[in-house]
Amino acid sequence: MDIAFYITAAVTLISTVMVITRHNPVHALLYLVISLLSLAMIFFLLGAAFAALLEIIIYAGAIMVLFIFVIMLLNLGEETAAQEKKWLKASVWTGPAIMAGILLFEFYYLISSSDAVLYNEPNIGPRPVALSLFREYLIGVELAAMLLMAAVVGAAHIGRHKKVVLHRFLKEKEMS
Amino acid sequence: MSSSVSTEIVMLLAALLFVLGITGVIIRKNIIFMLLSVEIMLNASGLAFVAAGSRWGQPDGQVMFIFILAMAAAEVSIGLALILQIYHQHKSLDIDKLREMNG
Repeated sequence: MDIAFYITAAVTLISTVMVITRHNPVHALLYLVISLLSLAMIFFLLGAAFAALLEIIIYAGAIMVLFIFVIMLLNLGEETAAQEKKWLKASVWTGPAIMAGILLFEFYYLISSSDAVLYNEPNIGPRPVALSLFREYLIGVELAAMLLMAAVVGAAHIGRHKKVVLHRFLKEKEMS
Repeated sequence: MSSSVSTEIVMLLAALLFVLGITGVIIRKNIIFMLLSVEIMLNASGLAFVAAGSRWGQPDGQVMFIFILAMAAAEVSIGLALILQIYHQHKSLDIDKLREMNG
């Protein structure tokens, strides 16, 4: 299983380097999704299958969708159509597609090989995690709930469309 | 632990990812890319937690990863709302143009 780990680590590092060097935000997001998928693969190899699932569902699913929505909101203009045409070039998606193919092949190999190879002993499933989360860390769960509530209220408050806020001195100067 | 990959190697990977995130925050001028780099750093710390938890066979590492996930979701929602507001007020996401906080 060593070689699987090293291949996944290489994919993670390469895609992360691509994230911080792209000029187009959508390309960077594409590579970031690949980075998150390979990180989930590493979690799976470490025996933390529950963390791998959460990584894919929440990070690569929900948070990336938030980013894509914001980038779409910011990009409204006439150049959008031309950009759309440019984005469909093969050079854009071959890199992420190749890396995703590597991960898929690795995953298929691990699934189809026998279970004894897949895990050594400490395979921590969802059950001990849930027991620990709702017993010893219950106060942490409550605090996380309050944090999420504050985040939702704060985002709803910040995201309102206001007119450009000016200080009253500036406003008077502008009127006079 | 999968057969002979030692915890040090996984920790090294987490450290490299964290350094890449810091590099992204430093070298980029666009707020969206800086937020993405912060996400990379959060991921790297989560990887360190999960690796440590798997090393000792305890579920605490994954519990901490779940907390990091919740915090990342909160941070991203607030950060993206701020980005939208900045773009509506200044028509730019370049941090060099946002130096002055003329509210």
